[in-house]
Amino acid sequence: MDILYKVFIEPFVFMGEAPDLLIQTLWEGLVSGVLYALIALGFVLIFKASGVFNFAQGIMVVFAALTLVGLYEKGVPAFLALILAVLVMLVLAVVVERVVLRPLVNQPDIILFMATFGLTYFLIGFGELIFGGNPKEMITDALFLPQGTTELDMLGGMVRFQHLDIAAAIIASIMIGLLAVFFSKTRIGRALRAVADSHKAALSVGISLNQIWVIVWFAAGIVALVAGIMWGARSGVSFSLQIIALKALPVLILGGFTSIPGAIIGGLIIGVGEKIGEFYWGPLVGGGIETWLAYVIALLFLLYRPQGLFGEKIIERI
Amino acid sequence: MLYREAGQFKTNYVADSAIFPLRQDRIGLGLIIIAAYALAFMGSDFLLQAVLIPFLVFSLASIGLNILTGYTGLLSLGTGAFMGVGAYACYKLMTAFPEVNVIVWIFVSGFFSAAIGALFGLPSLRIKGFYLAVATLAAQFFLQWCFIRIPWLVNYNVSGALDAPLRTLFGTPIMGPNATPQTRYLVVLTIVILLTWLASNLVHGRIGRMWIAIRDMDLAAELMGIRPLQTKLLAFAVSSYYCGVAGALLVFLWYGGAEYDVFNINQSFFILFMVIIGGLGSLIGSFFGAALIFILPIVLGIVLPAMLSPFGISVGADVIEHLRFMIVGALIIFFLIVEPHGLARLWQIGKQKLLVWPFPY
Repeated sequence: MDILYKVFIEPFVFMGEAPDLLIQTLWEGLVSGVLYALIALGFVLIFKASGVFNFAQGIMVVFAALTLVGLYEKGVPAFLALILAVLVMLVLAVVVERVVLRPLVNQPDIILFMATFGLTYFLIGFGELIFGGNPKEMITDALFLPQGTTELDMLGGMVRFQHLDIAAAIIASIMIGLLAVFFSKTRIGRALRAVADSHKAALSVGISLNQIWVIVWFAAGIVALVAGIMWGARSGVSFSLQIIALKALPVLILGGFTSIPGAIIGGLIIGVGEKIGEFYWGPLVGGGIETWLAYVIALLFLLYRPQGLFGEKIIERI
Repeated sequence: MLYREAGQFKTNYVADSAIFPLRQDRIGLGLIIIAAYALAFMGSDFLLQAVLIPFLVFSLASIGLNILTGYTGLLSLGTGAFMGVGAYACYKLMTAFPEVNVIVWIFVSGFFSAAIGALFGLPSLRIKGFYLAVATLAAQFFLQWCFIRIPWLVNYNVSGALDAPLRTLFGTPIMGPNATPQTRYLVVLTIVILLTWLASNLVHGRIGRMWIAIRDMDLAAELMGIRPLQTKLLAFAVSSYYCGVAGALLVFLWYGGAEYDVFNINQSFFILFMVIIGGLGSLIGSFFGAALIFILPIVLGIVLPAMLSPFGISVGADVIEHLRFMIVGALIIFFLIVEPHGLARLWQIGKQKLLVWPFPY
């Protein structure tokens, strides 16, 4: 009975007793959720348009951030470095399309998945070769990202809001909004949606698949750059960030591989669930459950909806 | 070129369904096995310890994953953790019952891994493809967390690491600091041959056909009377069994001691590389894949400095490491483009071409 009490009663009592702590945890969960969503968004963009499960998204985040910081350290002004980093992502998108995707068109999904693994390895080696393997500081000042914290008196306690986190949430929201407009209102966005619906039908009405792929990889690259700046500002730019990208995977299966709103809501659920779970239930089993809790949450959701919350309904025919 | 299959007639059904229908193939296989045993006495300690033992261990793990991913079509990213379960189970068993021969425990430890594997295989009934792959990541991270957080698994020792105690077979040390690479190689080789033979019989028999039917289309297989629950879980169990044994061999007969970190997510990816580069649904491909992915970086590490030095470029060890990453990555993409069905298919094509050479018509 004692264990049941500890699992089912005590955490909730604790939540009720210290609502300020609950709000703090929720806020932290929301912020990391937004950042997970940002990484997951990169996956979704590419998966929708080309059916490729892009494992290299994580390393693209690192690579983009490294390019930015590396260029800045070489003496390039911050905003020029930002533009150059965007250009590097464009070049990467073109090269990936030419060298990897085009020869592998029409192959089974798992082969394309493996190819992005190869890309990951290549980018790890390439990035370390050029920029070195040491962790770097993100150039928050030069990019005018705010620092410091605000403490608000709330519900009988102090809740701390990092300015950087607020900025991250705002920038991520703007980014997601822009992508939504891009997808629904522009000509290219319509073409992207057409490709996502059916490759063959899109080809038959004259949409160039190769062009579309370059565009989505470029878009995913920009999303990666933004995610890299935000994560980098929080925890430094290093290759270990790539592991954080693995955290985006449960977000993906929760929201469905093909849904942009799914990625966002999934990200928030995972971010909040993970922080709350770690803070209130983690001590029961010795802590550190953050590493797998997200996957278990996602797994439980999957047992009820195998295609994720917002994924397309799976229809099987023989 | 080397031999002809002319004159070898199959007169009964058994001969027709043989795995090696050609006499020359059977002789060749025998020669390879003899050569593998001979290497134990002719190879240097470096070759045995740093190349051949890990190659065999990774081959075994690849066979395990190949049964799951290649034959049954279920993508798994939890291989590293399942290997870990085998290693930790083996450690617990052989320290709890030191009087029983360790070989027995190596084989038994696989069953623990099989049970855990079947448990984490349960979601495979409802979810498929990449969704399943991510679901198996839950196994990977959860089990790795268990390895760190449950000190009982390492008998409460302070370092939290597994170490190989001294164990003997027929009076010769095969495990622990006194065991020579030679004896360890012989033990690993024998186990791998035995288990490969077993796997070959499994995948060519009724069970293997059930797995393949599930892979090709599980709905149709179900309509034909193959029960997906049992078949998929059996695939998970057998696959995890192989991975578990490989994990036990990896820690106790190769490293001689290891921490939980050996079984991290990168190990899972590493094995998946081997399976895909080697060829999905091919046992020999598992060996090819392990050879390419494991031995290639070693060879590159030796060859690259030698290749670059004539040009007056002397590079540091870290640059070599980075170049190795780049080259391995590029080669993976290259092999996928050249032959998406893996090295096993290349081998088959090569053999076929040689067989009819020089008159291809």
